[in-house]
Amino acid sequence: MNFRHAKTFLLGAIALGFLASLAANQINPYWLFIFYDIGIGIVMAVSLNLINGYTGQFSLGHAGFMAVGAYTSAVITNQFGELNFFVANGIFAVSLYAGGLAAALAGLLVGIPTLRLRGDYLAIVTLGFGEIIRVILQNMEKVGGARGLSVNHGYTNLFWTFGLAAVTVYVVASLVNSTYGRGFIAVHDDEVAAEAMGINTTKYKVTAFVVGSFFAGIAGGLYAHSKQFLTPGGFGFMQSITFVVMVILGGMGNSVGVILAAILLTLLPEGLRMLSGIEHLPGFSAERPLGWIGDTRMIIYSLLLIALMLTRPQGLFSFRRKRN
Amino acid sequence: MPSLLQLDQTTIRFGGLTAVSELDLQIGRNELVGLIGPNGAGKTTAFNLITGVYQPTSGEVAFDGKSIVGSKPYHITARGIARTFQNIRLFPSLTVFDNVRAVFHLHLRGDVRHALWRGKGYHAEEKSIADRVMELLEIFQLGKFRDEAAKSLSYGDQRRLEIVRALAAKPKLLLLDEPAAGMNATEKVELTRLIQFIKDKFQISILLVEHDMKVVMGICERIVVLDYGIKIAEGKPEEVRANPKVIAAYLGE
Repeated sequence: MNFRHAKTFLLGAIALGFLASLAANQINPYWLFIFYDIGIGIVMAVSLNLINGYTGQFSLGHAGFMAVGAYTSAVITNQFGELNFFVANGIFAVSLYAGGLAAALAGLLVGIPTLRLRGDYLAIVTLGFGEIIRVILQNMEKVGGARGLSVNHGYTNLFWTFGLAAVTVYVVASLVNSTYGRGFIAVHDDEVAAEAMGINTTKYKVTAFVVGSFFAGIAGGLYAHSKQFLTPGGFGFMQSITFVVMVILGGMGNSVGVILAAILLTLLPEGLRMLSGIEHLPGFSAERPLGWIGDTRMIIYSLLLIALMLTRPQGLFSFRRKRN
Repeated sequence: MPSLLQLDQTTIRFGGLTAVSELDLQIGRNELVGLIGPNGAGKTTAFNLITGVYQPTSGEVAFDGKSIVGSKPYHITARGIARTFQNIRLFPSLTVFDNVRAVFHLHLRGDVRHALWRGKGYHAEEKSIADRVMELLEIFQLGKFRDEAAKSLSYGDQRRLEIVRALAAKPKLLLLDEPAAGMNATEKVELTRLIQFIKDKFQISILLVEHDMKVVMGICERIVVLDYGIKIAEGKPEEVRANPKVIAAYLGE
């Protein structure tokens, strides 16, 4: 990816998000929430791509970091009642940042002892971490335990989701495209050689982990103020897998591909749901001829994934990678 | 003036096996030293001791007047020792250009914040790095491959790229681990020329671990012979060649 006009891209995307959020009341709320999910999916997938794709570590606990951010920011905004527009958004920004920091801290705590592990071992440890977070939340009565936590304010809007998605893309791309950041890919390619070439591999891995977790925490904050209800079960292992699938489907270490995969994988279940909801189709006498899709939606989704992985193991959107 | 690299009674044991025993080795500035020995003699282990991959059980390793025992490999590289590997270890998915560029982080003035802010200073620094990378690549006729993936280069080019990558760390001492492995006779001749050229052009010291006697005899000023982890001979190529212990080690008694 040519990243020379990075700042222009960033400011443009944020401005676009701002304009879109002004027109938000023209958009069907059903679609609005899908757009939020897409933006959150992009933040999650792109940040995970820094860890799993570029740096070549295998984290299966990304939803755990998202949970840390979600609960942190929700607890903060729940302290406040109705506020005027500017104060509310200011508090929301602070809470997102705090959620990101809390998740980054969790990432640091998990990362330092575990990142000397490789491949499958790291995957197991991060998986365990994600489950620990879930169980802790389930048993924390202060945040509702298993009953869940309702979030009083629906602050999430198009400006915040797409603005922050753009910031995530910008930060990850700026990092890996710099001379400093080639070290991430060097670690991915050959740790021994990287170490011999003066690259502090542990520091790079922890950096990737902390930055990735930070954005997962921010995504969690956006999620909390979009759904307005959090349950520990929503941040389980399957959720982490969904983000890993986005990264693999997009092509590890390919930001554009991963963004497209995040969009596709968010839209796909909704698209299948819509197909099954069609009342009449020419040539079919029965009502809702595609209703069976609704029942087998997740099976179709899984089969599609299998087919995609068999035909394009390098990632759906991974073409010959260009370098600037 | 003290020598650049000094090993003093350096020993490493793995369990009951003494892989390198009380090795003394000095390398002077701008000197080209060969380290030879039969298979399993401890040459690569000695290499790993110098580069910090292994820590000595006892003894001392000093570089540029200071001990480097206990330093991490990346510290040692930053201090001025760079190496190549016996089995080529490039960064396969990076381009030729980026393989070299990745090493330049050692010479970065700015830190991560520079990369994130992407201001004027950042672009100027990246530009100057790009120029220096290309300059190095051009010296070794690899400039035309700058955007190729490293793994797609021919074997000989990969070997050369590995050397360029090591040179990008601006070492005072370059360690070459069996650079002639897998090369044919013509390529070996070219390699000897290349090593000589590097020594003259960059004014650095080189320690060459090599199996191939011809390559070593041809260019090294001094040769150290290891057998079963023990130094059995040291001297000028012709002296070493005539040493009965060396002949015995290589050909058997």
